[in-house]
Amino acid sequence: MTFAEFSIDFGLACLIAALAAFAYGAGAGIWGGRNADRRFVDSARRAVYAATALLVICVVTLEAAFLRSDFSLALVADHSSTTTPTLYKMTALWGSQGGSLLLWAFVLSIASSGVLFATRHKHREVVPWATAVLCGLGLFFCGLMLFAGGANPFERLSPVPAEGAGLNPLLRHPAMAIHPPMLYSGYVLFSIPFAFAIGALIARRLDASWIRSTRRFALLAWMFLSVGILLGAGWSYVELGWGGYWGWDPVENASLMPWLVGTAFLHSIMVQERRGMLKVWNVSLICATFALSLLGTFLVRSGILQSIHAFGESTVGTPLLLLIAAVLIGSTVLIVLRLSHLRSERRVESMASREAVFLVNNVLLVGLAVIVFWGTFFPLISEAITGERSTLAAPWFDQYVTPLAILVVLFTGIGPLLAWRKVSAGRALRLFGPPTAFAGVVLIALFVLTDSASEPGALIMFTFAAFAVAGLIGEFLRGASAQKALTGDGWVMSLGRVVVRNRRRYGGYIVHAGIIMAFVSIAASSSFQDTDDVRMLPGDSTTVGDYELTYVRPTAFRDLEEQRLTFGSIVEVRRDGEVVETLTPSRNYYSSSSTGTVRSFFEGEATSEVGRSGGASEDFWTAMRPDLTEPAIEDFIATADQRIDRITIPDELPDPATPGGQATMRQIAADRSALQGIAITNLEGRFEDGQIPVDFRINVNPLVIWIWIGGAVGVIGALLAAWPTASARRRRVSDVYAARLAKDLNRA
Amino acid sequence: MEAVLLTLFVVAAVALFVSIPLRPGAKNAEERIEDPELAELEARKEAKYREIRDAELDREQGKLSQADWARADAELRRDAIEILREIDALEARKSRLSPRH
Repeated sequence: MTFAEFSIDFGLACLIAALAAFAYGAGAGIWGGRNADRRFVDSARRAVYAATALLVICVVTLEAAFLRSDFSLALVADHSSTTTPTLYKMTALWGSQGGSLLLWAFVLSIASSGVLFATRHKHREVVPWATAVLCGLGLFFCGLMLFAGGANPFERLSPVPAEGAGLNPLLRHPAMAIHPPMLYSGYVLFSIPFAFAIGALIARRLDASWIRSTRRFALLAWMFLSVGILLGAGWSYVELGWGGYWGWDPVENASLMPWLVGTAFLHSIMVQERRGMLKVWNVSLICATFALSLLGTFLVRSGILQSIHAFGESTVGTPLLLLIAAVLIGSTVLIVLRLSHLRSERRVESMASREAVFLVNNVLLVGLAVIVFWGTFFPLISEAITGERSTLAAPWFDQYVTPLAILVVLFTGIGPLLAWRKVSAGRALRLFGPPTAFAGVVLIALFVLTDSASEPGALIMFTFAAFAVAGLIGEFLRGASAQKALTGDGWVMSLGRVVVRNRRRYGGYIVHAGIIMAFVSIAASSSFQDTDDVRMLPGDSTTVGDYELTYVRPTAFRDLEEQRLTFGSIVEVRRDGEVVETLTPSRNYYSSSSTGTVRSFFEGEATSEVGRSGGASEDFWTAMRPDLTEPAIEDFIATADQRIDRITIPDELPDPATPGGQATMRQIAADRSALQGIAITNLEGRFEDGQIPVDFRINVNPLVIWIWIGGAVGVIGALLAAWPTASARRRRVSDVYAARLAKDLNRA
Repeated sequence: MEAVLLTLFVVAAVALFVSIPLRPGAKNAEERIEDPELAELEARKEAKYREIRDAELDREQGKLSQADWARADAELRRDAIEILREIDALEARKSRLSPRH
């Protein structure tokens, strides 16, 4: 047995042992919780640590297999090849069913180990049940890998193919390389507050302590999910060639739903921490968020939204659906049984209070999630009821999402201006006056100086955003001013001090600023986009917005290693008669087989490389697609393939089981490859001669770059809000000394 | 056969690791665990301190008048003192009940 073979067997053994560890951990956690037996709780926590180590070994083993192109593993053979670049070899792990399930279990085990280590001396009654829930989830995903057909990442192939299928060309992009781990980290990290919420419900410990221990995990989950969503949108914008960043695709919506409800949860828990209110909301929101995270995994992995009939073809769809049902039913039953423990300690004293705004915020965000849910699953619902599949397209989503999104921005501006409990009478004008006045000025300016009035929804969004931004700036200035009055420091120092001392508040404000930037950008780029689809030959020009695009000349290139044919173009972009940019959009065609035909290049995957030039105010974006259905090209391809077959395929095929037959087959393949090369060269020449017309899509997208900037600002704000305070760090240090002292005294 | 033996070996190693707390002579796991009642009181105390600081920040930022802030601050400080008394009482009860050496 070689070391490679041993490592695969060892990896599989570790996966089985991880399953056993999670199974034991779930049982030990339940025993420890029911019988208050701390030994079993500690043992269950060790089981999680062990499972983490084992899953690390699984991941390392598989990554090593990818790096050495070990095609004895089906996972490697199906998603990699000897010519796949190293980065994409390493990230191909999560391109498959088994690999993505392993990623889920892997991130879950690491997060579980982290939270259980952090709470090993705390929450005596809650932790055992939380451990059981986390182990139960780990058991589920390990079980899926081992027992659902086609999901075992260690599945072997025999005979071993000489070459792998390679990575889907659509996924050969840096954004796509890290998009799945970011999304999955977001989904999985929500399991931590979920598990502790269930533990708190079972143990009847429904104060805010479980929130305090898991708040940072929820914030990190939100952050990773945000990054994952942004990466997906960015990839769509630069890679897919349709010109947009969000198409209300079911897979996109699958990540948006838990993000919306998770955002509501993060706001709502602040109210429980401070005012002892919204307890039912909070447990319900985190259970819903986690169920939606599982639903996101289900939508991607089950194939159900291709068709309800395709559902039966996936081996993980039914188990995932059962888990979602168990989560929803179980958590609902627990919440109902514990309603008496979930009564709010106080009531909302005033609608002009921060907690009232957070309640409105909950309703708006959950409402948005419901709309997205309905629109996403409508095809299934209609197919199940009527037998016919009806789809709700982007205009339906835009119609119902836009008004709520506008209100979210408005309340994002109102909330920070209010105090907890209530704002003092007479203060409202002072607080709301300046941002309202600023919003009014912005509204008038936009009305007079731009054509924003032609899009009322966008105009209202811009106005509310101006209100919100002005309010946020006022918050920072007021905080800095108060600090300055206290210490006599300069403005910058005072601002820094007040932000650092109130990280959660001001980190949240920075997140708000990022979200507002993104929403404004989405409104602008959606509502005021200039677009044109035009067919051109070399030398032709067209005008879009303030730009003139000229198709200068075509280009062609072939990459033998990647079996990729690229038809590209050089285009000049002019504004006011001056050339501002030269772009090179192209279309890549990947050969779908090794049959040696010309047509194989056009039956496989095709990707677009867009031409883009942008700045702070707008993006010029163009993608191209040659029209290969032109009769001259179609006839050429058909004729070339017929000639290749006629020249290379003998009247009688040799027996491939014989050595002579195998040698003949290899010669045939080589001859076909050579003739294919000659034909492709000819085709490249025809394209470079300008004989093939090209369809260009040209977009001018206002403010689109601010989506990514806003997202980055939001992530920075989240990091700041999650950063431990100095007092928390000091407290942890003193806890360590206190524990040591207690230990020493017991020994004396 | 080798795969089965390998799996059994790994599972056995895991079993050894997770069984440490269950073995006779293992350290008493209870002694390091925080008292849940005390933990809850400490958490309530921190939350109350946060409310006090938030109210002060709201007053500094002009959201609360001096009179409203004074009222809220007094109420919050009364609540915080009550929590501190409960903590002291609980700690006193614990030290009376803990074994002397």
